[in-house]
Parts: sequence; structure tokens; C-alpha cells
Amino acid sequence: MSVFSSSAARPWLLSGPALALFASLLVTPIVMTVLLSFREFSFYGGISDTLGLSNYIEILGDGYFYEIFLRTFLIALGTTVLCVLLGVPEAYFIHRMGPLWRSMMLLVVLGPLLISVVVRTLGWAILLGNKGVINDLLTRMELIERPLKMMYTSGGIVLALTHVMIPFMILAVWASLQRQDPDSERAAESLGAGPVTVFLRVVLPQCVPGILSGSLIVFSLSASAFATPAILGGRRVKVVSTTVYDEFLNTLNWPLGAAIAVLLLVSIMTIMVAWTRLVERRHGEALQ
Amino acid sequence: MSFLDLRSLTKRFGDISAVEDFSLSVAKGEFVSLLGPSGCGKTTTLQMIAGFINPTSGSMILNGKNLAAIPARARGLGIVFQTYALFPHMTVAENVGFGLEMRKVPKAERKRRVAEALDLVHLSHLTDRHPQAMSGGQRQRVALGRALVIQPELLLLDEPLSNLDAKLRDEMRLELRRIHKEAGVTTLLVTHDQDEAMALSDRVAVMRQGRLEQVDTPFEAYEGPRSTFISGFLGKTNTLRGDLLETTESGSRFRREGLILDGPVAHHIPGPVEVCLRPERIDLVEADEALVSGIVSERIFLGNQWLFRVDTPLGELMICRRNRGRREAEPGETVHLSWKPEHLRILPVEVQG
Repeated sequence: MSVFSSSAARPWLLSGPALALFASLLVTPIVMTVLLSFREFSFYGGISDTLGLSNYIEILGDGYFYEIFLRTFLIALGTTVLCVLLGVPEAYFIHRMGPLWRSMMLLVVLGPLLISVVVRTLGWAILLGNKGVINDLLTRMELIERPLKMMYTSGGIVLALTHVMIPFMILAVWASLQRQDPDSERAAESLGAGPVTVFLRVVLPQCVPGILSGSLIVFSLSASAFATPAILGGRRVKVVSTTVYDEFLNTLNWPLGAAIAVLLLVSIMTIMVAWTRLVERRHGEALQ
Repeated sequence: MSFLDLRSLTKRFGDISAVEDFSLSVAKGEFVSLLGPSGCGKTTTLQMIAGFINPTSGSMILNGKNLAAIPARARGLGIVFQTYALFPHMTVAENVGFGLEMRKVPKAERKRRVAEALDLVHLSHLTDRHPQAMSGGQRQRVALGRALVIQPELLLLDEPLSNLDAKLRDEMRLELRRIHKEAGVTTLLVTHDQDEAMALSDRVAVMRQGRLEQVDTPFEAYEGPRSTFISGFLGKTNTLRGDLLETTESGSRFRREGLILDGPVAHHIPGPVEVCLRPERIDLVEADEALVSGIVSERIFLGNQWLFRVDTPLGELMICRRNRGRREAEPGETVHLSWKPEHLRILPVEVQG
């Protein structure tokens, strides 16, 4: 019997190329980063071969890093909340549109994904700067005397990240709306529910799985986003990913940068797993 | 005075007429089926009554109230959808209680009425289940309970049994009858399944291309179809086109393919007509008693009955015989056919629209 006809080996053979790709391009760099994070570093000697926890001790003992992690997660949380608040109604409106408008609006939603994040963020920089379009307009209308500070603030980063991330939320919610039985809205109506009640009691609860998966995507992408916080936050509003970048390319302390990156990975994964667990426990049977 | 009165109900989508001049009166407590092939406008009619689409013209009066003036959510009708449209995130009890909650029924009474409704549909043991964890038949019962708990003046059923497999469908058919009897609610059923319509309804309203063709009790509609379409839609039929030669006090004479047949008393003008003959009315007889003979071209065994196709000088005839556990004619065999003149039904020639 040849190897190819053996039924036990076939799944492995078929998924082999994909597994190899994953192993070489995803697992290897992560493992190397984790190993690097345990190396020691000195300014004069560079990276030594001795292994130790010194990098982690340094990070966990320094309030500076706590502040950066806290800021990163607050930015991610704020972005997620904004995406839910804006994306869920938007998905519902698109869902209720006629076929022509629906495809046009989906194109509007997805269109920005075709443009580089860097370009889009530079666009925000033009809008938000002290001499940017918004401040310029408000000053000319004599609504403000001094420019509003929007660049290099967490708020500005949340705003731009929401713009970048919202398509993911809309797509996730839209997918769950597509799965709904359109007659369930009519059924609720026939039982005496007004439009608001129909949305809150029937449509929204059925969107919960979509909102949750959208939130996971938006949160994890926002927490690890680099380009947007780098351009709009600069050196003044540092987040974890820009800190890692600085450690690697400015300070040249690779092991410390690796340790920060590992901590970011671990904390995002912990939050995601905890979130999924919580949701499954609360909605387990209804979401099957 | 009828309980539900639909007058000249019409719905046009642009130039296309979905329902045209539909008038129907339903008595309180009556079970009426809207029967027709897909696209005949039966579902559109139901949705106009439910309030999901607005009629182009015509009136709908339910118990003295003008339905058109009331929004869907205030009409108080019980609706069972083809897909059941249960709320997947709610338990059975929450699903059934939703309508009462919307009516602000106090909690204690709500609980009592939900229990009553679930008892009626035999689901008291599954109160806390979610719909996903239930079978099609059980979901159907939840949908019925949810529609009935609000004590609707009118119950609308939109193809409620079409998503069930055959065995369950028969079972649920009996259940629907029982529930209708117990609840006593005026019911309108939309279906394309003639067996379902005939088994369940007090009266059947057959629709075709947006128009109502005939409203009668199932027996009258089956025995006295007003068109070859109805004859063919309600059960099986042989349709023969020919010429009506003469009608007298005692009967009529009809010619097809050179053969002259006796028919029942008819009030048609002699000329081209169509004649319907039910397959189960044709008897197999000895050669000397036969009206016509032919060769069996096909034989289908259906368990309780046999279905034959016989090539005769009149054309191909379909014959249905009860299975008596005996040998039946095989394909290729010659059989001799006979029927009583009153079993022919003479109908005007269908104008193809």
C-alpha cells in the first residue's frame, strides 16, 4: 500500500504545505523572539549569551512600562467601544438597504481597506494638526482662539484607529445579520413590538456573536497597531508597539524589545481567551 | 355577518399584478385554506392581512375593524411563519411569552398563560430549551404556541408544514386540527399542498395567477371543480378535450377522437369543451362491458394503491386502483375500462392567459 492511499496519512500530507509555511513564517519568529527576550544586554557588551529574567524584571518593576501598557489597552478599548457604537447601527442600516444601495455602501465601507494605513493616517494628520484643516476652519469661523490639541493625543489615535478598524466590525456584524431569519423581525412586529423594541430585543441579541467576534478582531488589532500610533502619537504618546520599535531600532536593546513584545502577545491572548470564556459561559446555549 | 371580510383586494408591483380583485368572507371559528401553486399570490394575500405589505386597493375588515388603518404590530393577529421565525436567543417560554410581554401582561398571568399555551401544543416539558436544540416539529409547536398565546382574533399560517418531513407532516396535520378545535380560533392557512388544504380546512380557496378561482368545502371543490385547473390541482385528473354534441334533460353526449361518450347533464353550449375524469372513478371490467380498451404503458406501486397509465383511443388515461393484494395488470397487457356517465365533469375550454 502506498503512502498516498493510506487514509491515516492523507490529512497530514494534504495540510503539510500549509503547516510548513506556518511553522517557518509564524512559529519560528515567535520562538526566536521569545528566546531573545531571555538574553541579557549591556550597553557596552551588546547581547550576551547568558539567559535570565532580567528584561522581564526591568519591565515589571518600572511604572513607565505599566503606563504604556495601560495606555495601549485603553486606546484599544476605546477604539473597540467606538467601533461597536458606530459599526452596529451602520451594519444594520446597510442590511436594511435595497440591493443597489447595499453594494454601494459596502464598497464605501470596504474601500478604505484598499488604501495603505500609513496614507490614511497621514490624512488624519492633515486634518487633526495644530495648523490642520479642522483647526484652521474653526479658527477662521472664530469659534476657537487657540488651536485644539488633537495631534499627539490618545484621543486622536482612537479616532484614526476607529476609522481603520470599523470595516472589520461592520463585516462581522453584517455576517451575523445575514444569518438571521428576516421573518423573526416580522414575527416580533406581529406580536406587538415597535421598531425600537424589535431592534433591541430581537435584532441586537442575534448580532451578539458578530459583535463579539468583531470586538476581538478590533481589540487585538488596535492593541498591536503600529503605524497609526506612530504617526499620530509620535514620541509623546507612546504605545507598546512603538516602544518595541524604539527599543529595537533606537536603543538597540533587542532583548528588552523582545520581552515587551512577548508581554504584549501574552496579555492580548489572555484578554481574548478570558473574553471568549466569559461570553461562552453567558450565552453558551443560545449561541450554538 | 362574516368575521373576516376581504373585498376586491388587489396588489400590484409596478405593472405586475400579484393579487387581483380578491374577495373572501370567513366566518368566526372557520378554518380556510388559500391553496395554489407558487406565485399565485396566496402569500401576498396573507402578508396584506398581516400588515407586512400594503394593498394597492380593496378593503380588509376583521370583526368590524378596518385592518388597513391599523399597523401590523397593533393588529393582534397570530402568525406562524414558514421558517417558524423563532427568536433563537430566547428560551421556549421567553419566545411564547414575548407577545404577552409586549402587551404588558403582569408577570404572574403571563406565566400562567405561557404554561397554558405550551400545554395546548404539548411542549410543557421543554419550557427552558432554546430553539436550536429542538427538532423541526417541536419548533413548529413553539411557533404555534407563540402565535396562539396572545389569543388572536385571526391565526395566519404560512406554509407551516412545508419544512417538515413527510411522516412528521402527517402527524402535525392532525395536531393542527386538534389545536384549531381546542383553541377555536379563526384560521387562514396558506399552502401549495392540496392534501394539507383538504385535510385541514372547512373551506378551500383555490388561487391562480393572483385571482380566486373557487371557494368551496374540500369535498365540493374536489367533486365539482369549476375549471380544469382546479380539477388538476385538487387531486389527479384525466383531462380530455373534445366536442359537446348535445345536451338533453337526461344527459349529454361528447365526442373525442371519433368515439362518442355519454356524459352527465350539462348546461354548456355544444362545441369544444374539456372533460375531467378522476383516475379512481375508472373501473377495470370485462371486454364486453368496456367503454374503451387500452394497453398499460406504465404501472406504479404506491403501497395502498396502484397507478396505471393506459394508452387508449381516447388518449392516455391515468387509472388508480386500491391495492387489494391481488395481481394487477402488467405493462403491455390490454385492459378494458368503464365509468359511469355522471363521473365525467364537463368544463369550458381553458383560455390560456
